[in-house]
Amino acid sequence: MKIKKNIPLIDQHDKFGFWGGKFGGNFIPETLKKPIEDLTDKFEKLRKDQNFLKKRDFYFKNYIGSPTSFTKLENLSDHLNGAQIWAKVVSEANGGAHKIYNATVHALICRAMGKKYIIGDTGAGYAGKMLSMAAKKFGLKCKIFMGAKDIKRQKPNCDAMKKNGAEIVPVYSGSQTLVDAVSECMRYWVSNCDNTHMCVGSTVGPNIFVKICGWSTAQISKELKTQIKQKFKKIPKKLKLINCVGGGSSAYGFWSEFIDYDKNHIELIGVEAGGPKKSLLHAAPLSRNAKIGILHGAASYVCQNNEGQIHETESISAGLDYPGVSPIHCFLKDTKRAKYTYATDEEALSAYQLVTKFEKLNPSLEPSHAFAEAIKIAPKLSKDTIIVVNSCGDAKKDRDILIERLGGNL
Amino acid sequence: MKNSLINQSFVNARKENRPALLTYSVAGDNTKKRSLEILKSLSEYADICELGFPHNTPIADGGQIQTSAYRAIKNGIKINDVFSIVSNFKKIKKNKPIILMGYYNMVYQYNENKFISKCKKAKVDGLIIVDLPYPENKVFAAKCKKNNINFIQLISPTTSKLRLKKIVSDSHDMIYYISMLSTTGGKLKVSAKEIIKQYQKIKNQNKSKNVVIGFGITEKTIKSLKKADGLVVGSAICKEITRSIKKRQNTVTNVINLVKKLKNKIK
Repeated sequence: MKIKKNIPLIDQHDKFGFWGGKFGGNFIPETLKKPIEDLTDKFEKLRKDQNFLKKRDFYFKNYIGSPTSFTKLENLSDHLNGAQIWAKVVSEANGGAHKIYNATVHALICRAMGKKYIIGDTGAGYAGKMLSMAAKKFGLKCKIFMGAKDIKRQKPNCDAMKKNGAEIVPVYSGSQTLVDAVSECMRYWVSNCDNTHMCVGSTVGPNIFVKICGWSTAQISKELKTQIKQKFKKIPKKLKLINCVGGGSSAYGFWSEFIDYDKNHIELIGVEAGGPKKSLLHAAPLSRNAKIGILHGAASYVCQNNEGQIHETESISAGLDYPGVSPIHCFLKDTKRAKYTYATDEEALSAYQLVTKFEKLNPSLEPSHAFAEAIKIAPKLSKDTIIVVNSCGDAKKDRDILIERLGGNL
Repeated sequence: MKNSLINQSFVNARKENRPALLTYSVAGDNTKKRSLEILKSLSEYADICELGFPHNTPIADGGQIQTSAYRAIKNGIKINDVFSIVSNFKKIKKNKPIILMGYYNMVYQYNENKFISKCKKAKVDGLIIVDLPYPENKVFAAKCKKNNINFIQLISPTTSKLRLKKIVSDSHDMIYYISMLSTTGGKLKVSAKEIIKQYQKIKNQNKSKNVVIGFGITEKTIKSLKKADGLVVGSAICKEITRSIKKRQNTVTNVINLVKKLKNKIK
C-alpha cells in the first residue's frame, strides 16, 4: 500500500472506489447505484468546469470569508516553553466551522443538478447549520437529520438551523447520535433520490461523498500553505499539523497539500475522541485499533463487536462521536503517513481551559482534542518546531456543556 | 441451479396458477425460540421463507424491520444462532427453501468463506445481501453458486437498462425487484400497473428467471400484483409481531392468521 505523489489523495482509489485496495468503496443498496453514478459523473465534470470553479472561488471568498487567519499563539507557546504553537483559525469561516466548505459545494452541485431539495446529517450541528445556511443562500429546501441526544446537547446550532428555515428531523433509533443520523439520512435518500440531493457531512460514506467533501475542505490547506510561506519565507524544517478526527473532513482539508512531504519534515497528527477517562466507550477507531468493517456504504476502521454490530460511542464532543472514520484516514494510517492518537473528554476540557486562559480564541470541544495533543507534546520539543493546530470550530455551540462541566471556571 | 428448491417452489406455485408467496421475518425476533416457531408457522403458507440476520445500522430498512432487528439484537441473537435456527427448521421442513437476508458487514466479519460454508451446512438455499450490489458482488455471488447457494440480485426502479441486462445475465434462479424508491415497509407510492410494467422489462430479458416483487406489499396491495412470479411480504409481518407483543397476544397465532389472509388473496 503506497501513496502516490502529485495526485490528490481523494483520487487515489481503484475503479471500485477503494483506497489502498480495501478502504472506501460503495456498499450501497441497488436503488442508490444510479443516483450515485449520476452524482459522480456530474462532479467529475464540474471540477473541470472553469465556470463552476469560478463560482466556487467566488463564494469561498465572499460568502465563507476565505482565507481564515493563521496566527501564533504567543502566550500559550511561552507558557509551554517548547515548540511554537500556531493556529489556523478556521472557525472564523462564516457559520463558525470548516463544515461550510462542504455545505457550499454541495449546494452548488445540487443547483447544477437541477434538484430543489437537499438533505444532510449532523452530529455537533455544524454540518447541519452550514447546510441550512447554504440551502437558504441558494434557494434550496433543506432537511437535517440529527440524533435526539445531539439535538439536546447542541441547542445553539439547532436554533440556527431552524432560523435558516431548515427542518430538523430527530432520530430516535440506536444511540440517537451521529451514526443514527447518517443512517436515517441515507434511508431518506433511498426513498427520495429522484428529486433530492444528499450531502454527507464528512469525508465518509460512499466513495463520491468522501471525494466531494475532501475536495471542498482542501481549501484550508491551500490557504495554510500560502500563509506558512508568507510567515516563514519557506516551509519550516520541523512542522507538525495537528487536527481532531471524527469523520475526518477537517483533518483531510488541513493536510491535503502537505501529504507529499516527508513525514519527518511535516508530521500529520490526528486526534480522535477517547471518550470519558474511565469509560470503555470511545470514538477512536484509528488510535484504538478497531477492525475494518462496513459502515454507511464504505469500508473503514469501525468500532464494532465481533459480529459486526456497530458499537455505541461516547464523547463529550458530538462532532467526533462517530464509530467509523474516513477511508482516506485509514489509508493514511496504514501507509504510516499520518499518526493517530486520542484525547479523553477530560483532556479536551483542560485544553479548552488552558487555550482560553492564554489566548483570545474559543475553540469548540472538537479542536480542543487537537489542542490537548499539542499541549502534551509542545514542552518536549525544540523552539524551532512549529506546531499548527486547526481550530476548526467555535465553542459557542458548546456553551451548555462547558457551563455544566466547568461551571465557574469557564 | 435448475433443481434448486427455490426454483422448484416457483414451478409448484405456477402449477397452481398463482405467484409464490415469500415471507420475511427476523431471526431472534423476539427470542431465538419464538422466531423459530414463527418461521415454522409462516412456512405452512409461504413458498419461500426469508430470514433476516439483524444488523444495528441498516441503511435500507424502514421502521418496522428496524424495530424487529433491534429487538432481536437486544435479546442476544448471534450469527451462529441464525444458522442453528435454519438447521433446526430444515430438520422438520427439509424441502422449504430458506433465504438469509442481511447486510455485508456481518458476512465480512464472519469471513466470506466461513459464512458460505456455514450456510451450506445449515442448508440455506439463498442469500440476499442488501448492500453488496452488482458488480461488487460478482466474486461473492460466484462463490455462492459454486456451493449451490442462490445469490439473489436486486433490481430497482433506478436501475438503468444496460445495468439491468448485466444483472439479469449474472443472476441465478431468482431476482428481487424493489417496487419503488423506498426503504422496506414504505407505503406503495407507485401504481400496480407501473410496477408490473417494470417487472415485465426484467422478465423480457430472460423468461426463465423467477422475478419477485417486494417493498410495500401488504394485505391491501398484494392482490394487485398477482401477475408476478412471486411476492415478498416483510414489514407487514414484523409489524404484526410488534403489535402482538404490545397487546400481549400470541405472536405465532397472529402471524399465521396474517399469512393465511395474504395467501388467500393471491389464490
